[in-house]
Amino acid sequence: MSASASPSASLGSNVGIVIVSHSPDVARGTAEMVRQMVGDEVPLAFCGGNPDGGLGTSVEAILGAIDRAWSEKGVAILVDLGGAETNSEMAIEMQPEERAGRIVVCNAPIVEGAVIAATEASGGASLDIVRRTAEELSPA
Amino acid sequence: MIDDKGRRALIEAMAGAVIAHADELTALDQAIGDGDHGLNMKRGFEAVLADVDTISAKPIPEALKAIGTTLVMKVGGASGPLYGTLALALAKELPADPSRADLARALKAAIEAVKARGKSEIGQKTMLDVLAPVAAALESGADPVAAAQAAAEATVPMKAIRGRASFLGDRSIGHMDPGARSSALLVAAIAAKLDEIA
Repeated sequence: MSASASPSASLGSNVGIVIVSHSPDVARGTAEMVRQMVGDEVPLAFCGGNPDGGLGTSVEAILGAIDRAWSEKGVAILVDLGGAETNSEMAIEMQPEERAGRIVVCNAPIVEGAVIAATEASGGASLDIVRRTAEELSPA
Repeated sequence: MIDDKGRRALIEAMAGAVIAHADELTALDQAIGDGDHGLNMKRGFEAVLADVDTISAKPIPEALKAIGTTLVMKVGGASGPLYGTLALALAKELPADPSRADLARALKAAIEAVKARGKSEIGQKTMLDVLAPVAAALESGADPVAAAQAAAEATVPMKAIRGRASFLGDRSIGHMDPGARSSALLVAAIAAKLDEIA
């Protein structure tokens, strides 16, 4: 399953955030935290679950989430475990070339990373800064 | 030259092997991974089977491309992009009527693509530890099925470095890698069917 949080007015001017979890509940809950803690200034989308709706991730759902959170400034993806990362990288490669270079997977914990990345993004930071700030959360 | 009937038989043999061993693959994955490998691979190959009429009508490279895309979209775990990348890379490398030498060369190139996709190397307890010996056997004239079986067994004492199994560290030792097992199953199914139809 997948769904996006409600979009808002200032979209396109800030980096978008995509949350990809094996669990639809974790993805939705993480997005709720981002919305409550950061607000509506960033394009935000989430997806979780495999193509049958069980635990897992789906390239198709990730492609949809990237579309919903798309911003000309790019999209930062936060993932939980291995398959979420591999499937997100696959989804990035399947994007048109002009988009693929502006989408990154952050090596950061999903919940904290999403909140920090969205906080940076809401201040108008570049994709590179958004990613680096989220990745500072990861142990070296 | 393998015709559409042969391509259908190959697809059905691959899907049949994965589906018949889905529980075993899941059990292996429950020991050292997240326990979804059998289920995921079954879902992917059921989706391939659902489209077998269309896929087997295509020449080998295009058929492999369709299989790879289906696995990427339908498997739902890391094995989707990994097996999908393997099939898509083979699609790029293989001619419509491949020889054994073509297979060896294409598999070597596809192994590099899988390494890049999984950020993994040989010796890290993954499907690569089966695919690399199979490519070597194809090249040297040895039996690829025996090579695959021995290589899958050889993942038992290995320590996982990549994927969920790597969280277990030393505790991943003593279990066969599920991706190595599914690769060996696919190699055996393809080889048996090729012996029959070629």
